[in-house]
Amino acid sequence: MLVEVLFWVFASILAISALAMITVRNPVHSALLLVLCFFTSAAIWLLLEAEFLAVVLILVYVGAVMVLFLFVVMMLDINIEEVRARVTRYALFGGIVAGVVVFEIVSVVWTRSLGLDVTTGAQPQPANYSNTAELGKLLYTDYVYPFELAAVLLLIAIVAAISLTMRKRAGLKQQNVAAQVAVRREDRVRIVKVAAERPETTTPEKGA
Amino acid sequence: MIPLNWLLILSGVLFAISVAGMFINRKNLILLLMCVELLLLAVNFNFVAFSRYLNDINGQIFVFFVLTVAAAESAIGLAILVVLFRERRSINVEDLSTLKG
Repeated sequence: MLVEVLFWVFASILAISALAMITVRNPVHSALLLVLCFFTSAAIWLLLEAEFLAVVLILVYVGAVMVLFLFVVMMLDINIEEVRARVTRYALFGGIVAGVVVFEIVSVVWTRSLGLDVTTGAQPQPANYSNTAELGKLLYTDYVYPFELAAVLLLIAIVAAISLTMRKRAGLKQQNVAAQVAVRREDRVRIVKVAAERPETTTPEKGA
Repeated sequence: MIPLNWLLILSGVLFAISVAGMFINRKNLILLLMCVELLLLAVNFNFVAFSRYLNDINGQIFVFFVLTVAAAESAIGLAILVVLFRERRSINVEDLSTLKG
C-alpha cells in the first residue's frame, strides 16, 4: 500500500515538474525543474528495484549533464523576452499533439493484450538480491564489447566537445611541441671557421 | 505493488509533455535540448518497467547505454550551441537559417 501511495506522490510531482519545465519563462528555472524531474524519476526507479540505474541517473544526469546545462544557460547571455516572444502561437498545436500521443499510448496499454498481466505488480525480489551485482555480471560478460564501445563513444564526445569550444586567442605565446621535437642539429648550430690569430706581442703595461 | 500499466501511462504522459514542450519552446535551442533529455527519460521508464515485470535485466543494460549516448549527445549539443552563440550572438532557431533547411 505504501508503495502505491509513494508512486502516486512521485508520479504527480514528476508530471507537474515536467509541465512546469516546459512552461516557465526562465531557462534557469527550466533546468532546475528538469533536475527535479530526474530526482523524482530516480525515486520511482528505486520503487521498481532498479537501484543501480537510479543512482546512475542522479550521478550522471543531475551531477554532470544538468550542471553542464546550467553552466551553458548562465554563460550565454540570452535575451529571454526576445526568445519567449510569440510563445503561445504553438501552445495549442503542441497541446493537441501531446493529447493525441497520450491517447494513443493509453489506448495501447489499456487493451491488456501485451502477453502479460499488466494490471498486477511484479513480485518483490528476495532480500539478498543485488541489482548492481546482476547488472555487473551481465555487463562484463555478454555486453563487454558494447561496454567498451560506449567508453570509446564517451571519449569521442570529450574530444569533440573540447575541440569545438576551444578558442584560439590572438597574441598568445604557445609552444609548438612538434616543431621542437622535429628540430635538427643543423637548424640550431652553425659551425663557423675562424682564422687563427697571432697573440699580441705587446702586453698591456701595468700601473704605468 | 505498482501495476505495469500505471508505469506505462506515466511514461506516456512524460513523453507527451516533452513533445508539447518542443512545440511550445520551438525558438529556444537550450530548451529543445532539455526536452530531448526528458523524452529519453520517458523511454527509459518503459525499459525499466518492462525489465522489472518480465524479470529480464537486459532491459536495464539498455537503459545504461541510452544514458551513455544521451550524455554524449548533450555534451556535443551544448558545445555546438556555445560555438553557435559565439558566432551569431543568438540561439534562436529561426536565426539559424544558413543551410536554408
